[in-house]
Amino acid sequence: MSILDYLTRNRKKTASVAKERLQLILSREHATSNGPDYLPALQKELLAVVSKYTHIDLDDIKINLEKDGDCEILELNIALPEAENKVA
Amino acid sequence: MSKVVVVTSGKGGVGKTTTSASFATGLAMRGHKTAVIDFDVGLRNLDLIMGCERRVVYDFVNVINGEANLKQALIRDKAHDNLFILPASQTRDKDAFTTEGVGKVIDELRESFDYIICDSPAGIEKGAMMALYFADEALIVTNPEVSSVRDSDRILGILGAKSKRAEEGLEPIKEHLVITRYSAARVASGEMLSIEDIQELLGIDLLGVIPESGAVLQASNAGVPVVRDEVSNSGQAYQDLISRFLGEDLPMRFLDTEKKGFLKRIFGT
Repeated sequence: MSILDYLTRNRKKTASVAKERLQLILSREHATSNGPDYLPALQKELLAVVSKYTHIDLDDIKINLEKDGDCEILELNIALPEAENKVA
Repeated sequence: MSKVVVVTSGKGGVGKTTTSASFATGLAMRGHKTAVIDFDVGLRNLDLIMGCERRVVYDFVNVINGEANLKQALIRDKAHDNLFILPASQTRDKDAFTTEGVGKVIDELRESFDYIICDSPAGIEKGAMMALYFADEALIVTNPEVSSVRDSDRILGILGAKSKRAEEGLEPIKEHLVITRYSAARVASGEMLSIEDIQELLGIDLLGVIPESGAVLQASNAGVPVVRDEVSNSGQAYQDLISRFLGEDLPMRFLDTEKKGFLKRIFGT
């Protein structure tokens, strides 16, 4: 290791930053691209239905499709706002 | 049995045409009758890299439209008489490509060639989709850089879903990773993704690593595929890549950084 390297070594190497960013984005893209095309539309329609009764954002609806052998599992997660939960 | 090999990447400027030209030339140098097709309609460049731009009379689209036959359009390489180039059209648009039309040309080429190399345009539009549709094997050209790796991953998804082999449920396209513009020194200093990083991210077998080299630009200046430059690292790396493609087991070369001198040890690179 050179003296210059020693002085600058606490800076994170950009190659490992690149790898971490790619690992995240690729796994996310794989998760969405393997799913059927209707998932985003389903998410929006669910938002419309739930919004009739309480206020939530699109981000509060998590849809995940997992394959377990021949069986496909659609996982649906809707996070309701805290105040509403207390009233309920 | 003839083989159709697509050279693709998603991203532009990573070395698809350089790789297509050298891969096709290298196969021909080893005695295989080879045709290389430019799928980049409107922006043809393979003819320049192969050094036959002044001999283009008819092109791929002329053949598809029946305005010329395949024999008239194929350009024989000056240095190797078993190597032929089918240039892209410079004037038409990519709508000239139909699955039937391209399929007919590929089928006709299969009758008389050992290898048919399809040089894909960048992107995932019609030309790129047609270039990969009929492939038996694929070279995925990737630079050690985030956008190139992501686009390669996207192309791998398309190969596995939208190709003829995928649609017909046949054995999947055999995918090979080709890393170009690799700099061992920059990997060593932690500023470039390593071969292992890229392999781990993309999950396909590595066929070859082409080091960053001025020889590639000089070869394109001269219109002689860099594989014919037997002195340069890049030329030798392409030769190795072709040997591996044909089944030889060769170690990767040109992956070491140069030995550091006294001054470099003190001041780094």
